[in-house]
Amino acid sequence: MSLSTASAPVSGADRIDLVRAKALNIRRSAFTMVHEAQLGHPGGDFSAADILATLYFGVMRYDPDEPRHADRDRFIMSKGHCTGAFYSVLAQAGFFPEAQLKTYMQPLSKLNGHPNRNYLPGIETNTGPLGHGLPVAVGIAIAGKLTAKDYRTFVLTGDGELQEGSNWEAAMAAGHRKLNRLTVIVDRNRLQQGDRTEATNALDPLDDKWRAFGFHVEMIDGHDHAALLDVLGADPSGRDKPLCVIANTIKGKGVSFMEDNVSWHHGVPTDEQFAQAIKELI
Amino acid sequence: MSAATKTNAGLYDCRDAFSKTLEALAEADERVVAVVNDSVGSSKLGGFKKRWPERLVNVGIAEQNMVGVGAGLANGGRIPFVSCASCFLTGRALEQVKADVAYSNTNVKLCGQSPGIGYGELGPTHHSIEDLAWLRPLANLVTIVPSDPWETEQAIRFAAAYEGPVFIRVSRYPVPALDHKIDRIEPGKTEVMREGTDVAILANGVMLHKALRAAEVLAESGVSARVVNMVWMNPLDVEAIVDAAGTGAVVTVEEASVRGGLGGAVAETLALRRPVPMEMVGFPGFVPTGTVDFLFDHFGLTAAGIAAAARKAISRKG
Ligand SMILES: Cc1ncc(C[n+]2csc(CCOP(=O)(O)OP(=O)(O)O)c2C)c(N)n1
Ligand SMILES: [Mg+2]
Repeated sequence: MSLSTASAPVSGADRIDLVRAKALNIRRSAFTMVHEAQLGHPGGDFSAADILATLYFGVMRYDPDEPRHADRDRFIMSKGHCTGAFYSVLAQAGFFPEAQLKTYMQPLSKLNGHPNRNYLPGIETNTGPLGHGLPVAVGIAIAGKLTAKDYRTFVLTGDGELQEGSNWEAAMAAGHRKLNRLTVIVDRNRLQQGDRTEATNALDPLDDKWRAFGFHVEMIDGHDHAALLDVLGADPSGRDKPLCVIANTIKGKGVSFMEDNVSWHHGVPTDEQFAQAIKELI
Repeated sequence: MSAATKTNAGLYDCRDAFSKTLEALAEADERVVAVVNDSVGSSKLGGFKKRWPERLVNVGIAEQNMVGVGAGLANGGRIPFVSCASCFLTGRALEQVKADVAYSNTNVKLCGQSPGIGYGELGPTHHSIEDLAWLRPLANLVTIVPSDPWETEQAIRFAAAYEGPVFIRVSRYPVPALDHKIDRIEPGKTEVMREGTDVAILANGVMLHKALRAAEVLAESGVSARVVNMVWMNPLDVEAIVDAAGTGAVVTVEEASVRGGLGGAVAETLALRRPVPMEMVGFPGFVPTGTVDFLFDHFGLTAAGIAAAARKAISRKG
């Protein structure tokens, strides 16, 4: 069988509408899960929602009925704490029933606080400790070259996560090997767990760092669906380098009292805050 | 109970004893510094940071660097308390712990926060049930598993005064304050928390409280259980273990994997010195999703589960 490209059947303007609608659903569903579990990482769920919606509903090639199809595009959620958004997009994409989202972090649930590939389809590797996604993605991309496959490999990292040295070991290998079908997306929300990234261990100039490691770099607004579709959907064949997309985002994006507020890294909403947020997420 | 704050129902989060004691030590000795990995909040070091911003070295999310930086600070005459979730401190930075701290024998104090299954629903990546197993073979590394706020304070004070590498588990699971009969902890000396003759339960950390309740449960059916507080993993109180075997049956209880931790240490000692029937209570491997209490119940890390293990060990007496 052949895998369909998610972007094939819908025209440009409709595609943007579809991605926008999916991103909204991700935010509403993730926040509902976090509210019910009274656990989770909603700030990072919201900053990543538009990126995830773009990948799964505008860019990636996959078949939820055959989740380990050898030709599938791979996605790795390296910022594994943001399972509210990740599980939501997987459910919307058809990997498991949306009703299962209700079990988020409940005893014996397959929806563990961090993703487990042995529990659910659509998960490539177990993440949670930061700085693990990119090395695995590099291995997947090398395997793609060895087997002459044309799948693409995407990995989403946090920005604070890039303080882990393992990312830079992997980046060096990706640049050295010119893994052009590999794309790193940095959720550049400028906040980590306890503070701003630049006040903790500064990352800027981040684009120069990736360039120095052999990447082609694109800096975009990580909430602009047209820009995300453009940059992530572009055919990598003509490029002789891996791609790093620095997606400038807002942690907590979409809910006024959560935006750019570090306390929502793992903050959980009261009933009133939840109601207010759902009102804003339309 | 000098350094602790009660949470609710008379229970304590040992991280409070940790941070208050560290602040008291830092106040008295300017060599005391903290090293963290974006873990100021989870280590409860907000107060330390406010008082001594320049003495709190936050290296960002970079545990390997964090431990190496700790070793460097010790080289420069500081007394670094490296504080990080135990899973990342001991797992991610294991080689730094081995080479830069234990093997180099440097004056670094490693504080493994929220160890065991303290992170509950966040799952096995965030659990630290392997730490005792992979630290135990590291020579030089004094390893302490406190059970309550007083012992946590004692461990931190010991670490500051001691010249050499130390690892301390700092639990977040709410525990009561125990009634200790000693006025300070001494390296390699266990504390017998309850005398008993039919079986000895050797426990540490959060599990000590459950072991004491198990002994009460056993007493109701006429079984006399000794409870020994194995607060020191290294140096190990070998004589106390051999002595415990005098009851004819031994049970170990730890908030850790049953492979290689306290159970492993006791089993090695008994096999070499005084073999008796033994049962181990702990986690068999990666655990499923669940709250901390759900997981304790699920794997029998409860008074009832420990009592059952004790009865089983007794039934195997020759
Ligand atoms: C190796 C490791 N160290 C520490 C943590 C604890 N932790 C979880 S999320 C987080 C902050 C992540 O910040 P960032 O990468 O910027 O993610 P985002 O802002 O998108 O949530 C930290 C320190 C972890 N999960 N893994
Ligand atoms: Mg961030």
